[in-house]
Amino acid sequence: MSSEAATTPMAPDSAAPSAAVIHPAWVRVTHWINALAVLMMIGSGWQVYDASPLFDFTFPPQIALGNWLAGALLWHFAAMWLLVVNGLVYLSLGIATGRFRKKLFPIRPREVMRDLSAALRGKLSHEDLSVYNAVQKLLYAGVLLAGIVIVLSGLSIWKPVQFWWLTDFFGGYNTARYVHFAAMTSIVAFLSVHIVLALIVPQSLRAMIFGR
Amino acid sequence: MLKGKIREKAMSRQRKAPPGVDPNLLLNDAAKLMPARSRRLFLRGIVSVGALAALTGCDIIDGDTSESALRVISNFNDWVQARLFNPHTLAPTYSESDVTRPFRFNAYYSEDEAPDIDGSTYKLEIGGLVDNKKPWTLAELYKLPEVSQITRLVCVEGWSAIGSWQGVRLSDFLKLIGADTRAKYVWFQCAEGYSNTIDMPTALHPQTQLTLKFDHKILPTAYGYPIRIRIPTKLGFKNPKYVTAMWVQNNDAGGYWENQGYNWFSGL
Repeated sequence: MSSEAATTPMAPDSAAPSAAVIHPAWVRVTHWINALAVLMMIGSGWQVYDASPLFDFTFPPQIALGNWLAGALLWHFAAMWLLVVNGLVYLSLGIATGRFRKKLFPIRPREVMRDLSAALRGKLSHEDLSVYNAVQKLLYAGVLLAGIVIVLSGLSIWKPVQFWWLTDFFGGYNTARYVHFAAMTSIVAFLSVHIVLALIVPQSLRAMIFGR
Repeated sequence: MLKGKIREKAMSRQRKAPPGVDPNLLLNDAAKLMPARSRRLFLRGIVSVGALAALTGCDIIDGDTSESALRVISNFNDWVQARLFNPHTLAPTYSESDVTRPFRFNAYYSEDEAPDIDGSTYKLEIGGLVDNKKPWTLAELYKLPEVSQITRLVCVEGWSAIGSWQGVRLSDFLKLIGADTRAKYVWFQCAEGYSNTIDMPTALHPQTQLTLKFDHKILPTAYGYPIRIRIPTKLGFKNPKYVTAMWVQNNDAGGYWENQGYNWFSGL
């Protein structure tokens, strides 16, 4: 879109602002609905985890959602609808509009290494927010994958009889719980980087709220 | 409204408590096991809503709003799960060597508080929409054709264990007593005051079992002597132990954990 704007200097005024839009409305709306759903899912998921921990630790109840197991499960199985319906809208539009293909691919390992080292030295530019660097591409594609894995592994834990084939795919009921947990961990790891960077580059936060 | 319904259920549970069990003591014990907030919610269900609203003002309204919104979605999830439930889909079965040994005791009380039932005087009460309401002695039940299954018990907490259960297929037993299988629910009452309602399609599922044995031996007290209803298509808490009565009926009588906010259908 930006190249189109550059080649048509005589474009009418109304075309100029639309050319500057970084995130169309559907991206912004689904992003913030997703943010809310993910927070509810993770918070209640931590409380559910505490009822039967997989590892030698539990999550402090102060940062978990739902007060006790029944409450957490009510939250988890309510927020899942928001997560899944919103996620399906986002994925469908991302594919149909070609946004995923244009913005996230290709991901080249060499570019990832180059941009990662630049980022770590604080030399990675965020001049043009409409173009993702290779590290961003990798992380955004990766968190999309983690989102798909967490929903499917969650479904396999919720319905290990009706969807026994899905549970089998994740290595059986017990292994599926670890897969679900690992997907949560990778999403939390992504979020900690994502949120810090959004605060360091506030114009990216502005773009996700106002579109530009 | 919702709280009122729950109170009714709690009251009906109290009325049906077996002799020798003080329902008030039972409620107190159960309440102690819950975290503070849920204990409050639980007790709210018992105390008059009007009187409590006057005492606590707005707090109860705020609490009730999110709670009842979440319960509406939980009811929707019951509906979804009933549709996801395929009466022909069997729970995965395992081999003898997969059985978890020792199999875990699990309840809201400790093992030494589990009901100690005298098998010689025990009778399974039958009621509701059935032709033959004659109570069943254990000797009579042990003579019925036996089926066996090695399946996974999945607890609502997340852990699971594989067990070996033997008993009478519940659908066969329902046929035997002339139950109206067009009824919506089967309700189970247990010796310690626990209770559970299940949907008829689940009651008729080929793996739903009126369980009399664990690992080919008479059920030990820890696993629900003399009767456990084993339902491998539902979470563990929908598998009542120490069952003393079974009713076929069209009204949902709720259950011990369901009334406190756990999802009613809880299908796997």
